[in-house]
Amino acid sequence: MAKRIDISGLSAYYGGHKAIEDISMTVEPRSVTAFIGPSGCGKSTFLRTLNRMHEVTPGGRVEGKVLLDDEDLYGSQVDPVAVRRTVGMVFQRPNPFPTMSIYDNVAAGLRLGGSYRKSELDSVVEKSLRGANLWNEVKDRLNKPGSGLSGGQQQRLCIARAIAVEPQVLLMDEPCSALDPISTLAIEDLIGELKERFTIVIVTHNMQQAARVSDRTAFFNLAAVGKPGKLIEIDETERIFSNPSVQATEDYISGRFG
Amino acid sequence: MSHTVMDRAPATEAPAPRSLAHRRLPRWAPAALAVASAALGAGIGLAAGFESRVQWGLIAALLFVVSTYAVTTAVEGSRQAKDRIATSVVWVCFVLAVVPLASLAWTTVERGSRILDGYFLSHSMAGLNQNTPGGGIYHALIGTLEQVGIATLIAVPIGLLTAIYLVEYGRGRLAQAVTFFVDVMTGIPSIVAGLFILSTWVLTFGMGPSGFAGSLALTILMMPVVVRSTEEMLKLVPNELREASLALGVPKWRTILKVVLPTAIGGITTGVMLAVARIAGETAPVLLLVLGSSFINNDPFDGTQASLPLYVYQEYMLGTPHSYDRAWGAALVLIIFVMVLNLVARAIARWKAPATGR
Amino acid sequence: MNPPTSTAPPPAPLPPQPAAKGGATRPGDRIFVGLSRGSGVLLLVIMAAIAVFLTYRAYIAISDNQANFLTAFEWNPQGQPPQFGIAILAYGTVVSSIIAMAIAVPIAVGIALFVSHYAPRRMASPLAYVIDLLAAVPSIVYGLWGALVLVPYLDGMNSWLDQYLGWTYIFEKTSSGPARNLFTVGILLAVMILPVITNVTREVFLQVPRAHEEAALALGATRWEVIRMSVLPFGRSGIISASMLGLGRALGETMAVATVLSPSFLFSGHLLDPGGGTFAQNIAAKFNEANEYGRDALIASGLVLFVMTLIVNGAARMIIARRKEYSGANA
Repeated sequence: MAKRIDISGLSAYYGGHKAIEDISMTVEPRSVTAFIGPSGCGKSTFLRTLNRMHEVTPGGRVEGKVLLDDEDLYGSQVDPVAVRRTVGMVFQRPNPFPTMSIYDNVAAGLRLGGSYRKSELDSVVEKSLRGANLWNEVKDRLNKPGSGLSGGQQQRLCIARAIAVEPQVLLMDEPCSALDPISTLAIEDLIGELKERFTIVIVTHNMQQAARVSDRTAFFNLAAVGKPGKLIEIDETERIFSNPSVQATEDYISGRFG
Repeated sequence: MSHTVMDRAPATEAPAPRSLAHRRLPRWAPAALAVASAALGAGIGLAAGFESRVQWGLIAALLFVVSTYAVTTAVEGSRQAKDRIATSVVWVCFVLAVVPLASLAWTTVERGSRILDGYFLSHSMAGLNQNTPGGGIYHALIGTLEQVGIATLIAVPIGLLTAIYLVEYGRGRLAQAVTFFVDVMTGIPSIVAGLFILSTWVLTFGMGPSGFAGSLALTILMMPVVVRSTEEMLKLVPNELREASLALGVPKWRTILKVVLPTAIGGITTGVMLAVARIAGETAPVLLLVLGSSFINNDPFDGTQASLPLYVYQEYMLGTPHSYDRAWGAALVLIIFVMVLNLVARAIARWKAPATGR
Repeated sequence: MNPPTSTAPPPAPLPPQPAAKGGATRPGDRIFVGLSRGSGVLLLVIMAAIAVFLTYRAYIAISDNQANFLTAFEWNPQGQPPQFGIAILAYGTVVSSIIAMAIAVPIAVGIALFVSHYAPRRMASPLAYVIDLLAAVPSIVYGLWGALVLVPYLDGMNSWLDQYLGWTYIFEKTSSGPARNLFTVGILLAVMILPVITNVTREVFLQVPRAHEEAALALGATRWEVIRMSVLPFGRSGIISASMLGLGRALGETMAVATVLSPSFLFSGHLLDPGGGTFAQNIAAKFNEANEYGRDALIASGLVLFVMTLIVNGAARMIIARRKEYSGANA
């Protein structure tokens, strides 16, 4: 189910502006990799290059390679639509489709793929909602609009929607930044369960969160405002938080800047 | 508990091992199909002897959509085909709309420029009939400028004050009613505005046709437009400005006149100019109330007058080659007038736009 | 009401609250409030006067009418006895507007999508600008172009439609002559309201939250699927209200119809036959020969048009207002 990602020499641009420069790393399957770093260091941009969402922004452009189990996401014959089905994404703010019911939100991705029988859809929706620890809260109101849920529930609905299409990788862009502490805890527990099945990459501003949920942590930084962001180091989370090999990482984690 | 269920329910038809790459059409394919369809459409049109090029275009458009769908389905699959067909339909919509609008602009410029010169602008139609060439629009220009000018003089103060009332003072039922009826007024067809002045000014009060009667109808059409645009602009003025002035002890009415209005003046000017452009092209009320004339009449309060849009209509109705020429010439002048107003208005809007643009 | 913490009064104490209620303390404020409120009231008075006077004159006309005003197929208010009815006009107005809407709405949505989602970015904003300008072209120019350029072009298409779709009855052409018929009027009205509908629709499409589009994209939706999943559902009420505004325009359009149509008071279900009429066109065409009573009869038909546009515009505004509440609650 889960796949490894090998990134080599990746740079991303917004028009003439280079947002990240020459990033190479490996994301291990069935594990959680956290991206940390100060604001504007390009970690979200980098995340969005992993499912080719970066090129959706006007002027967005990417150089380099992203191999998903040896297949280059940026190969000339590769369809970005197929990439995004394989690499799912959860956004900073919960964004369920406002005009769709809870059920339809979860089924949305599947319906794109082709025709399913009602019973098949039912079982996938239930499975995905259970997978997102949301089933018990919404099973009696599947036909109500998704926008009626609380923020934390909406975010779990978005996770259910993303995992319903059985992606290989799940990207999460600060999934808890708009949520209260209790909802955050629920999502963090969920991440721990999901890593059994998916390769997970999470961008977070919250270093305690990175320490709690991730197996490996990558630290990004930029030399100065206007300069492109770079990968400073990536290592086991424990090492990064106890004994990082680069001074800048330690400064950032200990709160001396950022 | 979630784990157990997850493991029990197997993924439907396990879509797991998919390749990310599949066959795709080259980038030039849509353009090639478009060219081929256009050529084929023209060919079919010629072969079948359709005189109307409208048909050629429609056949080409249909061929383009169908062939895109067929080729994409064969090469890329049905989802991509749907995406491509949507893209081609959207492009076809765009072309379908551009063709008549371009034709309108081109014909007016081409036909109008044949007759438009200094003579045309400086002579009236006195002593000419539909079979004589020559003549001009001087009297119609005078009429339009006077009628639109008077309408602007009446409508702008009322419109401004109403907008000020709605934004700065308006609370409660009255303001709600005014807001609602301004919206309603915006939708009144111009001919109904003409009929209203006809029913009051002419039929009930017994006044004769005049440029001023036309101005009254144009006023009704102009006021709601001025109110709406001014309202939008006043709402953009930040409240901090008002409070700062009030806190200095400046009375509210002076605050509005000295602080609020000057801040919004650029946008208000734009709105007024767009409203002027709108009523300058109105024909129907002028037709009912000013009636038109071949002669120069400088007095808007007495007797029939000409007007530019009405001139176009009346020359068209005469139906001779000479009158058609004059109609196109006047139409070109009218379009230039309206376009210049629009362009200047938008330039002002851009130039005077508040620094904190959205 | 929370009083400001610093109560130090300026030389002239100025409580803003009473001014808002209308009890302005200074003469300047009183005059200014009076003037601005008076203007608002004047607008209401004008609206009321429109309704009252049109109804009054229409009442004069209808009370002497010897035919049924709503169902008669003739317009002869100056005959002895006066007989006139709006059946033909209502039919022509509705049919031409329906044709215009059927053509303009899908194409306008297509162009709006083109500008907001498909066009190359550098092309998009000049395009929007041009569409804005086209909405400002006076209707008489559309009318002139329609009569002298569009009608000859459509002649060929009319006979083609007659030949291949004549069996549908509505496209059967039973009399020859140029294409000065309701079908052509519908097409011309479509061209005219296209910029209006496109503008409003495009604005709504541009307001679709980026987050909703990205949600669809991240699920692996193609561009069309993104539009179907997030853009169209979000923009639906906007499309409807834009169409209604366009419909209001089409219903009341005078000059473009007056120049193109060759009117008659004979009923024909064949769209391609010359003839028919609309409320506004009939007023423009019959006005010159009308005496005072004839004018009252035209005013009566204008009142019907007024009510029709009121209903259509009112509905459009209601939909817009509902949408505002809806998107406000979601923000």
